[in-house]
Amino acid sequence: METTAGSKKALKFAYYPGCSLHATAVDYNESTLAVAEALGIDLVEVPDWSCCGSTPAHCTDELLAAALPAKNMIAAGTVADEMLVCCSACFSRLKFAQKHIEEKENIRTKLSKIMPVEQAQSIKVRHLLDVLVQDIGVEKIAELKQQDLGLKVACYYGCLLTRPPKVTELDDAEDPCFMDDLLTAAGMETVPWPYKTECCGASFSLTRTEIVLRLVADILQMAKEAEVDCISVACPLCHANLDMRQSDIKKKLGLKYDIPIFYFTQLLGMAFGLEQGKLGIGRSLVDCKELLAAKGIK
Amino acid sequence: MSADAKTRKKPPADAHQHAPNDSGITASDRRPTPRVGVFVCHCGINIAKTVDVKRVSEEIAKEPGVVIAEDYQYMCSVPGQQMIVDAVSQHNLNRIIVAACSPKMHEPTFRRAVGKAGLNPYLCEISNIREHCSWVHEDREQATEKAIDITRTILEKIRGDDSLDTTSTPVTKRALVIGGGIAGIQAALDIAGSGYEVILVERESSIGGHMAQLGETFPTLDCASCIFTPKIVEVAQNENIKLLAYSEVESVSGFVGQFEVKIRRKARSVDETVCTGCGICTEKCPTRVADEFNRGLVVHNPDKPRKPFGKRGAIYIPFAQAQPKVATIDRENCRYYQAGKCKVCEKVCGPKAIRFDQKDEIVTEKVGAIVIATGYETLPRGVYGEYGYGKYENVIDGLQLERMLSAAGPTAGDIRRPSDGKVPKEVVWIQCVGSRDESKGIPYCSKICCMYTAKQTRLYKHRVHDGQAYVFYMDIRAGGKRYEEFVKHAQVDEGTVYLRGRVSKIYERGDKLIVMGMDTLSGSQIEIPADMVVLATAIVPQHGTEEFARKLRVGIGENGFIAEAHVKLKPVETSTAGIFIAGAIQAPKDIPDTVAQAGCAASKVLNLFSNDTLTSEPIVASVDEELCSGCGLCIGACAYDARKMDEKKHIVVVEDVLCQGCGACRAACPSSACELKNFRTEQFINMVDAIT
Repeated sequence: METTAGSKKALKFAYYPGCSLHATAVDYNESTLAVAEALGIDLVEVPDWSCCGSTPAHCTDELLAAALPAKNMIAAGTVADEMLVCCSACFSRLKFAQKHIEEKENIRTKLSKIMPVEQAQSIKVRHLLDVLVQDIGVEKIAELKQQDLGLKVACYYGCLLTRPPKVTELDDAEDPCFMDDLLTAAGMETVPWPYKTECCGASFSLTRTEIVLRLVADILQMAKEAEVDCISVACPLCHANLDMRQSDIKKKLGLKYDIPIFYFTQLLGMAFGLEQGKLGIGRSLVDCKELLAAKGIK
Repeated sequence: MSADAKTRKKPPADAHQHAPNDSGITASDRRPTPRVGVFVCHCGINIAKTVDVKRVSEEIAKEPGVVIAEDYQYMCSVPGQQMIVDAVSQHNLNRIIVAACSPKMHEPTFRRAVGKAGLNPYLCEISNIREHCSWVHEDREQATEKAIDITRTILEKIRGDDSLDTTSTPVTKRALVIGGGIAGIQAALDIAGSGYEVILVERESSIGGHMAQLGETFPTLDCASCIFTPKIVEVAQNENIKLLAYSEVESVSGFVGQFEVKIRRKARSVDETVCTGCGICTEKCPTRVADEFNRGLVVHNPDKPRKPFGKRGAIYIPFAQAQPKVATIDRENCRYYQAGKCKVCEKVCGPKAIRFDQKDEIVTEKVGAIVIATGYETLPRGVYGEYGYGKYENVIDGLQLERMLSAAGPTAGDIRRPSDGKVPKEVVWIQCVGSRDESKGIPYCSKICCMYTAKQTRLYKHRVHDGQAYVFYMDIRAGGKRYEEFVKHAQVDEGTVYLRGRVSKIYERGDKLIVMGMDTLSGSQIEIPADMVVLATAIVPQHGTEEFARKLRVGIGENGFIAEAHVKLKPVETSTAGIFIAGAIQAPKDIPDTVAQAGCAASKVLNLFSNDTLTSEPIVASVDEELCSGCGLCIGACAYDARKMDEKKHIVVVEDVLCQGCGACRAACPSSACELKNFRTEQFINMVDAIT
């Protein structure tokens, strides 16, 4: 859409929250909307959106795994040229669907019988992190900073956000730094640490919990050794595992961490001086109030 | 076959609608009535199996102007060539077509034969019915039709061909060798040894290249300095070699036999003719910086923490055996150049060789041949973030370890880890860091890493008896004389543990590097707490190769190395006559292969120098002065600098000796003022009409 001459083109996205952001990750949704508003990003929710299919779809049926994202991408195309996604898994599924539709003729042919599949291909799928770094820029983030949080943060990207690089097309797949760049610009100290792209166990959380406990404990241990105050994440499932499983790790493995887990949007929002209530602060299981009080963060 | 009997299916050539169109009416008038002989080759079964060669000659014999058409098993053989010679005199032929293999293969052969028969060689044309027809088709009927059509087009072309004369130019019997590593040194010595003058240009302050950095070399474990230093000295002492170190090629003009090269002699800030190389200035210099000759490797010195191993002064001599052995000031790090004060070197210099006001100088050299031996680099730091190269002090690359292994290196041959100077007891080598990794844009094998990794693990064991070496590898590629045995020795007798699989990540924990990897043979995940990690990083072309290749007008291959003219049959030639390549600038190569290739390049240069003059190809472009508008588009299109603007007439003129006859100017010319001799537009239109 054209805006008045001279001013920068307004950022408008079709916003796809995905199931998590309306359920277990309400705080991610709240903080995303608050930060977007502060940055002047126009988010229009994708009309009549449905689940992206997530792990169950691509584990059972290749066609379904492409069809569900395609349906949502077509719907997104009716409100904007680009689609904004916060959940790493949704992002991955949508990007994978586009790649499969492009490369696999059988999928393309079958889908084209039931939907205008070329519309699903024309929309650009973006992760919020990428938009903030590429479109908004770290300079703007630094400008908007209202308070110094004084936090030492481990940025945890998880295994899915940047991988596989041919699909995600984001930063250095094995050693990403763009979340670090954002939080550094917003006045936080981020640390180089080795487990930023290790897997948290993802959906095994429900079926093979013991695996997740071990993997999460390793990640928390590395963060602890890096002497951070908290961990910043960009994925609802990473958040769930890192936050929710800390009590089980204490009980079953006898390891006590108590490391608060934040969405990067929550940290940005606090740095921008937004109200904590609007950012979903305090919804996590590991208590963060003590840390925020100690740092004098309002 | 009775050739003179012809039935005319097509209208005669003089009735052709396009014939009178062209600007060369007088030229076509001068051309005698064509009396063409066509010779169709079987090429054993290569052509005859797919193409009915008898039918081709029968059909082509019916064409106007064709006096005789015959077929033979091997036209390129002596009897085959004799057939042509005999036919010319018997039938009074004035044009010859050989329907055979690609002109790349035997055009010179047949043109020689035609010349022997007393005709102008450029009145012989090749109809390519092998590469363009029999080799790529299966249907005999259709292939035969196509072979006839191809030959018909060539018949149309040859009607318009003119006799052309070659010109000869003298050969300057001096050579330029660019790059003073083992490749350039070997080539220079071989050429100079035959009595010709060589100009050896080296970008760094001393010749020596990568080989001078190495410790001991595979497969014999003799020390690089011991076998290489004599060659370096030989270069300096050879009266036929003019060594221009700390110099770079600025531009190259001219052509084979007569190149003119401009060379920038960078200011060393030291008078080469006065400096004795005593080295006092290098010790007294108050600045200490990482040394590129040590590849930036700096090792902690436990005894003198403030004096780590591996740094150099701002004035430096890269290594003890350097040639020319003179000091050079690195202006970017020199206190005087940066802050205006210091001049310690000038004060301590006995022979008074320091020249702070020295300026770059451009010298011009005339040479007949050029050897490019600019070598390789390794993958830059930071490409493998997950391995922490450039981030963790104790993750080093193979060449940095070579510096440690070198008796003349920063640790005098001891293996010490950079962070604390301790002897590492567990060391992990990772092969194929970048190589064979398409996601990093390097699909090729770097060739030398399997061997030098095995060598380094062995040398490590020789120095650290209680140490353990691990190697992560994808495949072991040890093809070469005594190579497989060498690797086996590391594995079996020296106890290096080889793990087949990739490393996913390395991170620091305490003072250890945790190497996380996979052993795909046992199917298990592996974590090794290592003291030091050595990466066998990929070999990539020397930086600036692309721009350099443009200067020299040579081609670049798909991976950024300079392209050879033919990967099998012309491995040292480039696409530009008189310019040859040697060593790793062609592709990753070890020392034995590099030495062999350098010798080969030298022999090609000598071969060229055995001629006093060179004949140049007469198929060059020309400009129709009436049509040329002087727009100059063709000047930009010409890759050979062969076109210049005649400022007075404001039209473009061609320098015949530089023109390679590529035809780019003709495609660029909007006024059709460019024509290529014997490839004129009129000829092409007739060729197309012949088959449509």
